[in-house]
Amino acid sequence: MDAVTLAEISGNLNSIGYGLATLGPGIGLGILIGKTVEGMARQPEASGQLRSTMFIGVAFVEMLALLGFVAGFLFT
Amino acid sequence: MTAAVGQWVAMMLPALHVASEEGGNGFTPPTIGDFFPPAILFEGTWFQIDRIWIIRIVTTIVLVTVFVLAARRAKLVPGRFQAAIEYLLEFVRRQIVYEILGKVEGQRFVPMITTIFFSILAFNITSIVPGLNLAGTSRVGLPLLLALWVMMAYWWAGIRKQGLGGYLKASLFPPVCKQMPLLALIITPIEAVQIFVVRPASLTIRLLANMIAGHIMLVLCFTATEFFLLHASGAFKALSALTLAGGIFVTLFELLVGFLQAYIFSLLAAAYIQMSLEEEH
Repeated sequence: MDAVTLAEISGNLNSIGYGLATLGPGIGLGILIGKTVEGMARQPEASGQLRSTMFIGVAFVEMLALLGFVAGFLFT
Repeated sequence: MTAAVGQWVAMMLPALHVASEEGGNGFTPPTIGDFFPPAILFEGTWFQIDRIWIIRIVTTIVLVTVFVLAARRAKLVPGRFQAAIEYLLEFVRRQIVYEILGKVEGQRFVPMITTIFFSILAFNITSIVPGLNLAGTSRVGLPLLLALWVMMAYWWAGIRKQGLGGYLKASLFPPVCKQMPLLALIITPIEAVQIFVVRPASLTIRLLANMIAGHIMLVLCFTATEFFLLHASGAFKALSALTLAGGIFVTLFELLVGFLQAYIFSLLAAAYIQMSLEEEH
């Protein structure tokens, strides 16, 4: 095995791209949902409103991961 | 119980993935081609009927039948079936529409949001129904149609409340522009793209990509089970138990995702309508 093929990687680069694309939203969802739980624990009577606001936020954050997923299929 | 699960898996396998037959002994991962099955009727025309279309038609008939039956036989003291339907209807009305829009403004939008919620729920659930196995929403047409409906609804709501000029002014020039007029150069184009493109596009892509990803995960689990069990040698056969458990888990997860996507879609539809009803936002 010579020096050129030593570091050869086979497979699809898209999977790495999608892996990277999930990192940010993953962190974002953790912060978002964690903070909502914190808020609900402090003020249980506001949990209904907190929950629906959280889901709207989740939808926006999750969108980024899904764009990465779509891009993986589009740019082959 | 186990016999029922085994029978169910046996029903899932053949319909899920036709391509694995052609691949011989090799493992064929799912592709995007799974969502474009060969046409059955009217090939090449605009009204081409393939498996997804049959699934959509069947689901529509089932959905309408369920609600017609529930409405026909509605009694003052509801039975179990009627109570379940009423529970879901009340959930959409109270937890989604009234929660976001309030009782006064929300009243008008209850039928629309309810329709959207139940259509998406029904078309999502088909991805785990044995024999159907493909979500009706896993191709762009249906999510796009629903997203455009939502877009028209929030435009209509805004224009009716404030007039065309008022609505555009409220949504394109937020109050901060009065204090710092130069900021409008940045904010106005962003807001314009937001209300014309980003909102419907993100609604479409969210639903579509979730259903595609879910189906691919399901196919991956069940084809891996088949591959390990039938074509792999020796100790690798044991892995099929793991992938089978994974497949059952993903199926339950899909049920959750199907419900969650219906909830999020209707919640965002209500939120967008609420944003265009506000005078200043």
